Parts: sequence; structure tokens; C-alpha cells
Amino acid sequence: MQAALGPPRSLIPGAWIIARREIRDQMRDWRILVPIVGLTLFFPALMNFTARQAVDFVGRYDAPIIAERLIPFLLMVVGFFPISISLVIALESFAGERERLSLEPLLATPLSDAQLYLGKMAASLLPPLGAAYLGIGVYLFGLWRGLGWTAPAPLLVQILLLTTAQAVVMVCGAVVISSQTTSVRAANLLASFIIVPVSQLIIGESLIMFWGRYTVLWFIVAALLLVAVVLTRVGLHLFNRQELLAREIDVLDLRWLGRTLWAEFRSGASTPWAWYGGVLRRTLPSLWPALLLMVLALAAAFVVGVRLAPQFVLPLDPTQLNSLPQTITLQLQRFGLMSAEGWWWILRHNMSALALATVLGTFSFGVAAVILLMAPTAIVGYLAGSLAMAGQNAGLFLAALVLPHAVLEVPATLLAGAAVIRLGLAAVSLPRGTSLGESWLTALAEWARAGLGLVLPLLVGAALLEVFVTPRIAVLLLGG
Amino acid sequence: MDTVIETRRLTKRFGSFTAVAEVSLQVNSGEVLVLLGPNGAGKTTTTRMLASILPPSEGEARVAGFDVVTQAAEVRRRIGLLTEHHGLYTRMRAGEYLAFFGSMYGLAEDEARRRGQDLLEQVGMPDVIHRRLGEFSKGMRQKLALVRALLHDPPVLLLDEPTSAMDPASARLVRDSILELRSSRRTLVVTTHNLAEAEQLADRLAIICQGAIAAQGSVQELKRLHVGPPIMELRAAGPLDGALRSLPADLKMVAAGPDWVRYQADAPAQANPRVLAAMAMAGVPVVTLSEVGRSLEAVYLKVVGSPAPRGEE
Repeated sequence: MQAALGPPRSLIPGAWIIARREIRDQMRDWRILVPIVGLTLFFPALMNFTARQAVDFVGRYDAPIIAERLIPFLLMVVGFFPISISLVIALESFAGERERLSLEPLLATPLSDAQLYLGKMAASLLPPLGAAYLGIGVYLFGLWRGLGWTAPAPLLVQILLLTTAQAVVMVCGAVVISSQTTSVRAANLLASFIIVPVSQLIIGESLIMFWGRYTVLWFIVAALLLVAVVLTRVGLHLFNRQELLAREIDVLDLRWLGRTLWAEFRSGASTPWAWYGGVLRRTLPSLWPALLLMVLALAAAFVVGVRLAPQFVLPLDPTQLNSLPQTITLQLQRFGLMSAEGWWWILRHNMSALALATVLGTFSFGVAAVILLMAPTAIVGYLAGSLAMAGQNAGLFLAALVLPHAVLEVPATLLAGAAVIRLGLAAVSLPRGTSLGESWLTALAEWARAGLGLVLPLLVGAALLEVFVTPRIAVLLLGG
Repeated sequence: MDTVIETRRLTKRFGSFTAVAEVSLQVNSGEVLVLLGPNGAGKTTTTRMLASILPPSEGEARVAGFDVVTQAAEVRRRIGLLTEHHGLYTRMRAGEYLAFFGSMYGLAEDEARRRGQDLLEQVGMPDVIHRRLGEFSKGMRQKLALVRALLHDPPVLLLDEPTSAMDPASARLVRDSILELRSSRRTLVVTTHNLAEAEQLADRLAIICQGAIAAQGSVQELKRLHVGPPIMELRAAGPLDGALRSLPADLKMVAAGPDWVRYQADAPAQANPRVLAAMAMAGVPVVTLSEVGRSLEAVYLKVVGSPAPRGEE
């Protein structure tokens, strides 16, 4: 048998084979070339003209600050417009190949998944990014010629990094979408998940630039690069030759969804006791790493809350605090405590908060859920800090008003947060050979098992304690 | 002979749908195995598993000595896959396209173009290397896809429906190219639902139906097994009359006319000389003695029947 040939073993040369072909192909497609050339040459020239007119105009009214802010803003816009094309190219990367039926020969080659994936990413990224840099160059050259204005080096570095980071994020997201859809049409429809957040980001960046807080842009660059790394990891995890060839990938199979979810939720148990045993034996141990993260997050939130107290001083009225022992029972009743209605209200409120955290966490790799769940702890920390600053015994207040029901509520928050983190990370950490749908359904079933088996009973108990026990302890300790 | 492809109880499920069920195959070096079956029978899925594109749900497969799951990259280096749809990049030129695929197998651009040119000449397209693929006819595109599959000189070729949806002339061109590929060192697996193509190409045939192998063997073996021993037809220059009585007594006659007779021959090599000798003794001049064509269609329909339509592969 003859010796087998193979592709380059290292990642970059292999990926470059894919990227080079696609870039060459793009350079033959007028639908890509025309906007790139237009946005590289014509648009920067137009922005240049706009900037010069604006400088002239505001100069007449002695308001140079507007021009000072406008010129860097237009620099960002000039960089952003060409990279918007990268989204179109990236959305087409896998879905287009699948539509043209050219994907299978590519998948049959010995290139690794990472080489194929990164090659596609690079092909989507490099031409628009090159056009963006060229456009920035054209714009800056025009400003230098016309106004003698040169960009400060930190601003230029910032805009170049921002442009690059935005392009990487859009391409990473679009390649993930493209690899999970069977047609360019479907990919375009799903692109709103990228377009809407990026639009919001651009609006935010614009406000920051007009506000003149350029330092904040560094944080945005760092956050975008982090998101890009996470999205690349998601894409590499999701890249699956089988999924790419599966024709039914877009089809919503509710029966399969229902069956899979129910099977995962039951996890083979035939009785409620066996199911609960499974929750304790399997679900709970699987949450440990995320639980640890939640413990650290809540502890950090408390510390942040305490440290914010001196910065944002709470105007506590000492006379009101001193009269608390006399009025505490009335105050607690006013909040609906010590009544069945109060119990239901608290339980419903806590469940709503966790539901919101789940929704937010699902679409943010768990990050938004953790931030949301940190907020109450930060507020408690802030109040404790404020009370201490007002010369009160913060420990006593915490022991009286928080600790009794926190004994159950905090574990419930930790468990719920951990389950949402795992749900949010389902796309990042799916096992090999598992589809995104299967991985997400498994995480959702795990979330439901933890929610029903652990979180809900703790929340019910916590609400009962908060309504019927905490007030009594508060009266006992603070009632004078 | 070396076994180049071996599968054991190879199974593929998509959710609750079983596309391929416990397929066990063995293909030796230099052999052409044709997977014959209706649309949706599991042929393409089997090919994709052999090409290490789809992982099996159960069972195992080894191609060129490598496991399709754990040594997928090694398998892909050693196979050439011709997909049902050529999947060419139509804005590229032929030479550029072949250089691109060659580079994925570690071939330098010049080497890929040189090999590509040689192969293009072999398939009867010597002057196309500088032409854009968008200008190619369907048959030319499929032949170029075949050249792409052969570019790295793979020991195993997997050809999935190589002539489907092609006009007869183009299909013949591609089929002729495939026939020229038969060599002692190259193993071919061809999937098709075209019976004539299967009969023409196959050293061995596996009829696949509803994801499972329903029958396999050489064309002759399958015919013998499913539609009985060969039927021979003798045609004489004049009436046979009494000559029929002089035929060997153990010969099973199935039909006769004034100047012809048909008989079943379990072993034609033994039976036919005896028949010819009997005719000579009877003084009857024999015009022809030939096997009556028993179509592969009869075998196929007997094995497959008329299965209910299933989902697409």
C-alpha cells in the first residue's frame, strides 16, 4: 500500500490553506469587492469632508470641543463600516458551502476540525479588517493633509484594537451561527443575535467617545477580546462534521425535544424517591465547581457592597434608627411580613428573580445571572457598611433581619446560580460527539432537577422563615 | 489478499431513526465493491462512516488498517471520496482547484498541478487545467471531482453515486473512467442504485435495503443464489427433433422449440461439452450455445422487494 500524504500538522499553515482559497475567491466576487473598495476609499473621504466641514462650522461659534470629539468618533466609524462586511462573509462560511454542496469534499480531507474552523474564521476576518485599516489610513491621511491633525498614538492604538476586537467578536459569533444552520437564509435570520448587541455596543462607544471618557474604551476592548475567546472556544466545541452534514439541523422536532428532556430529567428513575436520590447523588456533585464560583462571587459582592458604603453615603437618620426598637413590629407588618400573603409574595419574587437570572444566564454564558444574583448580597453588604458607619451594630442587624432566612435563601441562590452557570456554559463545554441541542437539553434537565429538587424546597422554607421567623427574631433582638 | 476495508455491525442512528443497521463488510485490496440499494437505503451514510465524516453509533470499521473513529485523520489521508454532488468552487480554475485540494494532502502546488494534469489526461480532459470550473459541463465536473479524489493517489476510493442525475453519455464517460481505475492496489467502494452500472463495475456486490445488507457476493453468486443456476440456450442450424433424445439424461430442460433448447446447467463447464458432443453425434450443426441473460434486476427485486419509502439519507 502506498504511503499516505497528509496536511500540514501545525494549526496555522493548515488553516491558511482554507483561508487563502476563500480570500482569493472573495477577491473575484464583485458583491464583496465593491463594498470593500467603497468603504475603504469613498467612505473615509466622505468622513474626512464631514470632519473638515464640522471643524469649520464649530470654529465659527468657538466650540472646538465638538470637533475634538467628532474627529475620533468618525475615526471609529470609518474603521467599523468595512468590518461589518465580515459578518456577511462569516455567516456564509459554512452555511454557504452547505448550500452549494461543496462542504462534504472539504470535510473528507485530513485537515483537523480546528484547522477548518480557524481557516474559515481567518477568511472572514482578514479582508474586511484589512479594508478597515486602509480606510482608517485614508481618513487620517486626509485629516493630516486638510487640517494638519494627527491622531494621538494611544487613541490610534485604541481604535485599531477596538476595530479588531469588534471584527473578531462578530466573526466568531457569525461562524458559530453559520456552522449551526443549513442555509444562508437561516444564518442571516439568526444574525440579529449579533447585530443587535453590536449596534448597542456602537451606540455605547459613541456616547463614551463624545463624553470624552476614552479610558473606558480599554475596558470595552478587554471585554470584547474575552468574548471573542469564549466564542471561538464555543465554535471549536460546536464544530462537528456530523452536525455540519445533518440536514435536519434547522428542523424543530418538538417530540424529540420533549422526549430527550423528560428522559434526562427522569434520569432513569421510576419512583419519586429514586429520582430524588439521583438529584442528591448525581446532580448535586456535578454542581460543585459552579457552586464554588458562586460562593466566591457572593462573597466578593458582599465585600464590594461594604466598600461602596463610604463612597455613596446613605443618609441614615439617627433618630429613626434609635426609635427602631419601638416601631419595628409596625415596620415589619407594613412590609407584609408575618402573613400568608407575605410568604407567597416573597416566594414569587424570589422565583421570578431566579427565572430572570436563568434567562439572562442562558444567553450570556451564565455571566449575567451571576451578576444579577450578586446584587442582593452587594446591597446587604452596602447596608451593613452604612450601618457600621452610622455607629450601629451591623452584625446585630444582620443577625436579626437577614441571617434567619439567609440560612436557606443563600444556599438556594448558590444552587440556582450554579445550575444557571452550567446551563449558560452548555455550549462551551459540550462533550465531543454531542450536539449543541443535546448538550443544552442535558444542562436544562439538570437545571430543572436542581430547581425542583433542591432550590424550590429551600426557597419555600426561606420564605416561611422570612415571613414568620425573621420578624420575631428581629423583634427579639432589636425590639429593645 | 489484504483486507483493506472491514466493518463489523456498523450502525448509524440519527435520533430514533436507524439509517444503517449492523452492516458487516469486507473488501480486499484491488477489489471493487458496489453497494446497491434504493434511495434512502443507507448507502451514503455508510460511505460517510467509511470516510470518517460520520462517527458510527455502534459497531466498528477499519479502512486501510485504521479505525474510522479513533484514527479518523489517518483514514482521511488514505481515502479519496467522490461525493454524489461534485461540490466544486465554480469561480476557480481547474488547476487552481486541484492545487488547493492537493495542498490539503501536503502536495506542493507544482506537484499537484502535474499530477492533476496527468489525471485529467487519463479521464479524457487534457486541455481544461486553465479553464474556470463554472464553464464545465456536468460530466466534466464529475470527472474533475474524480480527479480531485485521486490526486493524492489514495489506496481506497469511495465513490458515492458517481453517475446519478447525469445524462447517459456523461455517465458512460465517468463509468469508463472508473473502470480504468481498477488496479490490483486500489480498492473501490461504489454506491449506486443503477443496476447496469453495478453489474458493470462490481467484483462483489452488496445489496443494502433499509439500512441493512440484504445480500452480498459476486454478481454470479447472487444470481445463482436468488434466481437459480445458469440457463443455457442452444440454437441449431435445423430442426432438433430426435436430437433432443440424445442429450444427457441428467440434463434438466426448461424449454424447447423446433431449432432451439434451453437447459439448466449447475456446472456449465461440464454440461456444455457433453451437450455439444451429443449434438455432433446426432449430426445437428450447432449455431450458438450461450447463457440466457438473467438480469440483476430479478435478483435485486427478489432481495429488496418493493420497500416502503423511508426518509432521505
